[in-house]
Amino acid sequence: MTATSRRAILRTLGISVCMFAVAAAAPAVSQERTSVKIGYAISKTGPNAGGAGITTLPNYELWVKEVNEAGGLELPDGSRLPIEVVEYDDRSSAEEVVRAIERLATQDEVDFILPPWGTGFNLAVAPLFDRFGYPQLAVSSVTDKAPEFVQRWKRSFWMLGGGSDYTDALAGLLKKTNDEGKINNKVAMISVADGFGIDLVTAARPSFSEAELEVVYDVTYPAGTTDFTSMINEAAGSGADTFVAFSYPPETFAITQQAQVAKFNPKVLYLGVGTGFPNYGADLGPNAEGVMSLGGIDPNNQANTAYRKRHEEVTGRAPDFWGSVVTFASLQMLQEAVKRRGLDREAVSDELSNGTFETVLGEVKLEDNQLRKLWFGGQWQNGNFVAVAPVDREGVSQAIMPKASWQ
Amino acid sequence: MKSAFVWVALVLVLAALAAAPFFMQAYGLGLLIGLMGYVTLASAWALFSGRTGYISLATVAFFGIGAYMVAAFNEVLPYPLVLVVAALAGLALALVVGLSTLRLAGVYFVIFTFGLAELVRQLVTWYEINVTGTLGRYIFMSLGPEHIYWQLLALAAATLFITWRIDRSRLGLALRVIADDEVVAAHLGINLARTKLALFALSSVIITLVGAVQAPRWTYIEPAIAFNPTVSFLTLVMALLGGASRLWGPVLGAVPLFLLFEWLSANFPNHYSILLGLLFIAIVFAVPKGIVALVETRFRTNERAFRPVAMEAEGKP
Repeated sequence: MTATSRRAILRTLGISVCMFAVAAAAPAVSQERTSVKIGYAISKTGPNAGGAGITTLPNYELWVKEVNEAGGLELPDGSRLPIEVVEYDDRSSAEEVVRAIERLATQDEVDFILPPWGTGFNLAVAPLFDRFGYPQLAVSSVTDKAPEFVQRWKRSFWMLGGGSDYTDALAGLLKKTNDEGKINNKVAMISVADGFGIDLVTAARPSFSEAELEVVYDVTYPAGTTDFTSMINEAAGSGADTFVAFSYPPETFAITQQAQVAKFNPKVLYLGVGTGFPNYGADLGPNAEGVMSLGGIDPNNQANTAYRKRHEEVTGRAPDFWGSVVTFASLQMLQEAVKRRGLDREAVSDELSNGTFETVLGEVKLEDNQLRKLWFGGQWQNGNFVAVAPVDREGVSQAIMPKASWQ
Repeated sequence: MKSAFVWVALVLVLAALAAAPFFMQAYGLGLLIGLMGYVTLASAWALFSGRTGYISLATVAFFGIGAYMVAAFNEVLPYPLVLVVAALAGLALALVVGLSTLRLAGVYFVIFTFGLAELVRQLVTWYEINVTGTLGRYIFMSLGPEHIYWQLLALAAATLFITWRIDRSRLGLALRVIADDEVVAAHLGINLARTKLALFALSSVIITLVGAVQAPRWTYIEPAIAFNPTVSFLTLVMALLGGASRLWGPVLGAVPLFLLFEWLSANFPNHYSILLGLLFIAIVFAVPKGIVALVETRFRTNERAFRPVAMEAEGKP
């Protein structure tokens, strides 16, 4: 009896000593910091993997590689710390992404968290970023409610505009071309019955009517539709000079193919996500000429051109012409903010809100935590997807209207 | 005396679980929320499918309806009423579906329920496009994670209690007969349709409530998020692993599997799906009747199974 209790006491003592040793060692470790931990949860599998694998993940990887090759993230005292990445797959599940962010914040105790892909997921994690005090540079989320979100979550930043920004820009361009007498004021419009299509078409209706454009054909189709023949025929028969499809990548490619087969030659052809993928232009060759969509780049921006080249060298493929460059710019902003203010998240958030940054997009300054200097409309011209809207911004290209017929 | 001891132990466990949020960090609490969600889903699923042998893949249809009801009404109704509305919506759907399909048996029922989840998702999508004109809905509620956890804990306890009561009632007896042989059950004067419908409705309402309680955690929902078919499959696998016809079976399946999934996704994010597939195959081969049955056969080799097994994983087509 005595023996056991003595042994128990010894054991307890031993354990306590060990725990004290660990506890004493812990602060020493954190003082001698050897890396900056950056974590993210991204959809590597599931329905969101396609988008995340084009716009978001390659840019995270490119950025980490570049920073680490330069010796790491620079801190205000001029020293550099390499980035240590903690990466999770959210498997395109909302519950999963929420828990992954909780894990990053409280288990891995990372210094910064990069946002997931998609509007829904960025909103799902926004309360967590806010609660744990991390700045959230939400890029791949198009939302008209950004001003409200900034009020709600002070450290959230919204970098890709809202649906009505894009449709207002398109409506403005169409109205101008109509005023010049190049096209009539009729628009035929189809949209995918899913997040992107619905948001855009809901924004487009008021944009068009404000610009005195008449929508003569307006239907939605379920995601995954492959046959657009009847929609194309009806749009062709509607007498509209402008055909707009707020579509997802597979349908964007299908509509392009089927419009050629049907010899459907609208004077303005505006398609959705996928038009800005580099292989769209590469596959279509001269037939891509004049096709319009969201996004676009300024071909004379040297920084962007250099970025595109590096992206292709490092990841093995060219970036898309819409969200990719903004994603990379957001990471450069984070890098610069850390250089100016250190690893204090509060200070970095403040710097992101108020600072001015030199990025691959050119000079960037957020307005009310939102990136407003964006290209809202682009067009394929000479194998490049150049920005054509907003028309009053420096670096804009002149839109070619009407579009040439299919060859 | 023995049963009194069991009750005391259960109450203590429940109290310890209820106190857990005071000692845990956000991640641990998030883990407990997910865990409790699946414990409840698997138990509720087993309440119907495990006892009747009708394998349902419609779990996410009800789960999603619950989430959507919260999204639709969280700004116009007080929270308890929102839950009532969600439960009623789940009940209505369960009655419509149950009346029209519980005459189907075997694989037809499985296929139908799988289709049902997709049907509900498409109907919601159609409604959102044509009526509200936006697909995403926001849930801005001030419910902390601990509140969500406590609700799920209460729901899990209630589900287990209801299951326990039913297993000891006339309804439970009737179910065992139905699971063994429907013809015999009909000849014994058991009202097949009513019995199955009652249980299906009960199970569906619980599943709906799980969706409703968990939804505020996501802030934003759209059909792809609320009607994620993985929920149906995971629920089924968890219940089968533990033993779907036993009271504690789904719990014993859900807890280790959920923790395993979490461990896999944290440590092998790139191989998760492959490992998951291998694991499913292993479960079917190694413990086809569930953990509880396995343990029982190991430890009661001399006794006859003290209770007829209503359904084994491979028992029904």
